[in-house]
Amino acid sequence: MSQPIKLPRWVDIGVIPALNILAALAVSALVILSLGEDPIEALDVMLYGAFGYDEAIGYTLYYTTNFIFTGLAVAVAFHAGLFNIGGEGQAYIGGLGVGLLILALDRWLPWYAILPLAIVAAALFGGAWAAVPGWLQAYRGSHIVITTIMFNFIASALMVHLMVNVLIKPGQMSPESREFAESAWLPLGHEMFAALGIDFSRSPLNFSFLIALLASGLVAIFIWRTRWGYAIRTVGRNETAAVYAGIDPKKTVFLTMALSGALAGMVGINEIMGVQHKLLLNFTAGYGFTGIAVSLMGRNHPFGIVLASLLFGALYQGGAELDFEFEQITRDMVVVIQGLIILFSGALAYMFNPMVARLAGRFAAARGQEG
Amino acid sequence: MAESYLLVLLTLDATLRVATPLILASMAGLFAERSGVIDIGLEGKMLAAAFAAAATAAVTGSAWLGLVVAILVSVALALLHGFACITHRGNQVVSGVAVNVIASGLTVVLGIAWFHQGGRTPTLDAEFRFTEHALPLAEALRGIPVLGPLYYEVISGHNFLVYLALAVVPLTWWVVYRTRFGLRLRAVGENPAAVDTAGISVTGLRYSAMAIAGLLCGIAGAYLSTAHSAAFVRDMTAGKGYMALAAMIFGKWKPVPALFACLLFGFLDALAVRLQGVELPVIGVFPVQLIQALPYILTVVLLAGFIGKAVAPKASGTPYVKERT
Repeated sequence: MSQPIKLPRWVDIGVIPALNILAALAVSALVILSLGEDPIEALDVMLYGAFGYDEAIGYTLYYTTNFIFTGLAVAVAFHAGLFNIGGEGQAYIGGLGVGLLILALDRWLPWYAILPLAIVAAALFGGAWAAVPGWLQAYRGSHIVITTIMFNFIASALMVHLMVNVLIKPGQMSPESREFAESAWLPLGHEMFAALGIDFSRSPLNFSFLIALLASGLVAIFIWRTRWGYAIRTVGRNETAAVYAGIDPKKTVFLTMALSGALAGMVGINEIMGVQHKLLLNFTAGYGFTGIAVSLMGRNHPFGIVLASLLFGALYQGGAELDFEFEQITRDMVVVIQGLIILFSGALAYMFNPMVARLAGRFAAARGQEG
Repeated sequence: MAESYLLVLLTLDATLRVATPLILASMAGLFAERSGVIDIGLEGKMLAAAFAAAATAAVTGSAWLGLVVAILVSVALALLHGFACITHRGNQVVSGVAVNVIASGLTVVLGIAWFHQGGRTPTLDAEFRFTEHALPLAEALRGIPVLGPLYYEVISGHNFLVYLALAVVPLTWWVVYRTRFGLRLRAVGENPAAVDTAGISVTGLRYSAMAIAGLLCGIAGAYLSTAHSAAFVRDMTAGKGYMALAAMIFGKWKPVPALFACLLFGFLDALAVRLQGVELPVIGVFPVQLIQALPYILTVVLLAGFIGKAVAPKASGTPYVKERT
């Protein structure tokens, strides 16, 4: 009990996460049962709602895009031993950066000229919002978790102030900016498919899904194949050792948080430039928090994060169907499942280790006798 | 003059009402963190308790029964948090986030399934709630200048839970600084190994701290839905758990300073409501959002050491591993 149990690698990255998710789903099934509904039927409805027809797939992948960005953001910070709980605020401010840029440029430039600038704006705004807590942790000794939580609330207050008092479209009641010129919108999925000669229904899926996949690949290379990625992992493992290796942990913490916030800020590309086409309130809709679950499930690896994002995208989209099909279950059930996944894949991640180790030991012993 | 004095008094009165759940939750956080367990889950425990209290009161017609169920639910969540981060040494922040997310989802799911009002619980009649009590002589003393209205508006006329919250603060101080349990609690948050060496159970102490935190969050939640308002509304805590956490840190993990931080945050909240859209002389319309964000900004500034230094209990956030090899 006192020492972490060594397990074969395939068990550690395959069996344990699967057990954790099964546990989360089992408890969710119990909740659904206690509401007097059939969990198998609910799963059926959710699967059909997520993958059953092309519009559903489009929605699933649109949600997936957001989760890839926020999941990567949490994961990058995790590798440096930092818990970035502020993805929500960083995504919010990143979206603000994208919106301001497009409001300034949409009458002059087409989307493909704006996009690189918008990516820079999202990264700068989101990155700066995360870099402040990073700097405070590195140089002033504040606690990153607490400051990033506080920054979520500050971001929310700032956005309300800006939307209600500054950026609101004149002569309008709801706090929204004017709509961007259509030439500045990112191409939607069905338009891209149509260009390839494939018929696909309209959905919010857009070009930024490709950016998300690209970002996952880049983050993987960055973390395991670059000097800076090495510095991040070293600081995460052992700060003292990092100092002896000639790495400045303070600078690393600061820069890692900036990068983490930049990734979270990319949500703004998908939401503001891709889907909403205007600045508005609450477009982050909890994606920052879901990023925590995504990162935990994906074991902080970009490949795992893409898979986990797809699962959460399917949960979000399939969950919407629950409202129509069942009297007693609503899409809020998805939030419960999300919480249970955070609990079992994160906080109780090692609960099954002793049991699995015992089984694995017995298995190995049996094989040894045979051989 | 008399009119603006009354306005000040009414704002202070509102301050006390808004600060009550903050006070209870920040004392809960104080017990948890003094034992070495970070408790981001204050928000979720309060929310679940608020739902439990309103749902029970709506079904049984008893606010007291609601309070009891709220406490039971909140303690159960606290023990779940303990199970994850004391017994299984999981990440305490992740566990707290899980509690918050589960509470946020489950209260709405159950609320819709049970009451069919979009996640609300039915509005409670006055006799099913904790209602306001006038303190003795409030009416009689009202006429006395200055002190009379102060007593009538601010001090008298609250429900029982407000006075309970105010009583919890000296009680917390007494438990933490004047009892054997408190001494051990502080020790386990600073150096669990030393407590373990003395033959006292680190696990036991941390679990009791979690149970106390659950109890206090339960009362805070019941206050929100059965005293302050008359129903549960989805996500009705709206960040109060985090604000309580900020107040506890702002109070440097000490009961009395935490109380004042809660009162300050409550005052800012009450002020923000009062300043909504009001044209002030010289500065014009003041951005209310700035006042609302002020508690969070202040906490960030304090944690950065720009106004005094806040030092957390040393072992806070680290699971205790017996017999490290």
